[in-house]
Amino acid sequence: MSEVTSQHPHNLQHHFADMEQQNDSGIFGMWVFLVTEIMFFGAIFAAYAIYRSMYLPAFEFGSRLLDVKLGTVNTAVLIGSSLTMVLAVHAAQTGKRKALVFFLLLTMALGAVFLGIKSYEYYTKWEHSLVPGLRFAPTEALPSGVTVPNLEMFFCFYFFMTALHALHMIIGFGIMTVLVIMSWRGRFSPEYYAPIEVSGLYWHFVDIIWIFLFPLLYLIGGRYTT
Amino acid sequence: MSTAAVAPPRDSRVNYLNANYGFRSWLLTTDHKRIALLYLMSITVMFFIGGAAATLMRLHLITPGGTLVQPATYNKLFTVHGIVMVFFFMIPSIPAVLGNFLVPLMIGAKDLAFPKINLLSWYIYIVGAGFTLYAILAGGVDTGWTFYTPYSSTYANTQVIAAALGVFITGFSSILTGLNFIVTIHKMRAPGLTWFRMPLFLWAMYATSVIMVLGTPVIAITIVLVAFERLLHVGIFDPKLGGDPILFQHLFWFYSHPAVYIMVLPGMGVVSEVIAAFSRKRIFGYSMVAFSSLAIAVISFLVWGHHMFVTGQSIYAGLIFSVLSFLVAIPSAIKVFNWTATLYKGSISYQAPMLYALGFIGLFTMGGLTGLFLASLATDVHLNGTYFIVAHFHYIMVGGTVMAYMAGIHFWWPKITGRLYPDGWARFAALLIFVGFNLTFFPQFMLGYLGMPRRYATYPAEFQVLNVMSSAGASILGIAYLIPLVYLIWSMRYGKIAGPNPWNATGLEWKTASPPITENFEETPVVTEEAYDYVHMPPMPSSAALAGEGDANV
Repeated sequence: MSEVTSQHPHNLQHHFADMEQQNDSGIFGMWVFLVTEIMFFGAIFAAYAIYRSMYLPAFEFGSRLLDVKLGTVNTAVLIGSSLTMVLAVHAAQTGKRKALVFFLLLTMALGAVFLGIKSYEYYTKWEHSLVPGLRFAPTEALPSGVTVPNLEMFFCFYFFMTALHALHMIIGFGIMTVLVIMSWRGRFSPEYYAPIEVSGLYWHFVDIIWIFLFPLLYLIGGRYTT
Repeated sequence: MSTAAVAPPRDSRVNYLNANYGFRSWLLTTDHKRIALLYLMSITVMFFIGGAAATLMRLHLITPGGTLVQPATYNKLFTVHGIVMVFFFMIPSIPAVLGNFLVPLMIGAKDLAFPKINLLSWYIYIVGAGFTLYAILAGGVDTGWTFYTPYSSTYANTQVIAAALGVFITGFSSILTGLNFIVTIHKMRAPGLTWFRMPLFLWAMYATSVIMVLGTPVIAITIVLVAFERLLHVGIFDPKLGGDPILFQHLFWFYSHPAVYIMVLPGMGVVSEVIAAFSRKRIFGYSMVAFSSLAIAVISFLVWGHHMFVTGQSIYAGLIFSVLSFLVAIPSAIKVFNWTATLYKGSISYQAPMLYALGFIGLFTMGGLTGLFLASLATDVHLNGTYFIVAHFHYIMVGGTVMAYMAGIHFWWPKITGRLYPDGWARFAALLIFVGFNLTFFPQFMLGYLGMPRRYATYPAEFQVLNVMSSAGASILGIAYLIPLVYLIWSMRYGKIAGPNPWNATGLEWKTASPPITENFEETPVVTEEAYDYVHMPPMPSSAALAGEGDANV
């Protein structure tokens, strides 16, 4: 690769003209990636919406089988992790290394709580034989207009969408781990913190996906109208 | 920046190809030019795999009863041909090879914005190709490249999951390439290179990238759903279990129609460059051509339903999709008219790239106009599922994209390798491809109009003459594609030294050495004029002058 000259800042990759160009490219690149992600989730949201309108009673009944309390707690936990992520970015901007490491670890901890609760929810679905394809034999009395295949369809989407979301969180975990190590070693400074900011964008995006998933799956099942 | 000023004096014979040696220096490279060559080699292999499948099909169809393979094998052949050619050759062809090589050069940058992600995209492509090749070797797939449900998700007994995974994985390679191009074009243009000074190839790459980024994730998730359904036997697209197979088609074509423009828009970009260079004129209506690329990218997302006129979509949706599909003809026609107007009173020379580009214009026009038959509801009912469709999209994809790809490879080959290829052979191959192509696919228009369905291993005896013509054309085409493979490889060692700008063309890529150095430019170029300033360029050297120029260096 090209030789680094004396004026070349340490963190500047050789093919960029200056730090501003490098940072702008990183942030813009993440936004473009998030657009891709929106289309990725968008297809499955569209499919969910179509099947929900086709099989409304089954989807509403399925929604009422989810644990709204755990869902609410998880929503709060995840929004909390977005806050700690913002605080981590702020700590990076102001050059507070220990605060940066602390908030990154806190963000990861909240993410772990979320995944823990999610796993517990999955476990209870397994217990109640509500896992499509593997163990699906609902014991509940089905209201009129609700068939087993249609209910299974709802749970297909429930598992597919939440698992895809959880997968994104696990990837976020990997990113955070790297960031924590880099932060601990003092790699970031008020002049160079773009990786923190870019990863923050990703984390917020994953949160926002949940903000849409939660009402779609848990809340709009007619639970509060009867 | 002052990086260039302090660089040590450079040996003029050092370039990106010989800067370092060994497998590691290629497999771990982040140089966009080397990655372009990695892609070039990979997609060439895939092209000949897909081509072999096509050759076997055409041989089989010489007689009405089929001469060569079992019907089930025939199904696998056309599936392999489709999957390999669409996902592993056509979609990466111009963007990942020429785009990778040229985007940084054309904007005066040292590399793409994310060189490591660029390398990653090639590895993802290779993994995806590996899954697909596994699917072929482990018994093949027979769903057609469209993976229509519920056949693919429930009934097919072939390697659907491996092939689907291959398509899913390679999708990320094209997403990452598109992302890289968008960021690079936005953020890394050289000083003075405003949007409306950019070569039209970059506009085409930009529009293509937008489609890649917006469309590819949709098919990715859809393919995962099919695999999920197949593995767990749930009913997402299976009507027996309440699933909607039409929804699969909607999601599939939401990507796969725009994907047609992923394939053809880059070709349009190449043709704009070649037409300007070989008629020594600025492209007529530059901004119209630039905007028509974006218009095609936008409209391409609104027309997918024209693939579903006869598959159970509502008739009113069909009506609207028909109207919207006609709209695509407008920006496409703008391009064709503007290229033609560029030729008017131009000082035209007919070297190989120009022959391919002219071939593109004619064949693309035919492919486009026959598309209007298929966008009309009533005629589509008659023509859908026949060889008319096959002929139509091969006129766009082979007559259009592959011709443009060949034009681009021949136009920039001296830049890529620093060597000229034998122009006589190149022109001969171009003409042979043109003849072979038309002989292969024109009879298919007639066959389709007469009602011969596609994807059948046998056909009634009265269609034999046209089928034999088509197979004869395919043999010519097959041989014609091998000729460039031979002389291009030959030229890498024995071709004449090209010099930085053998065509006296405009554009930043011609202002640096051939082959370029690893950093592309000795110092960051500054752009002060519009693209295609051919008024101030010396004329195109004659073929004789090109052949006699430079040392043979054998």
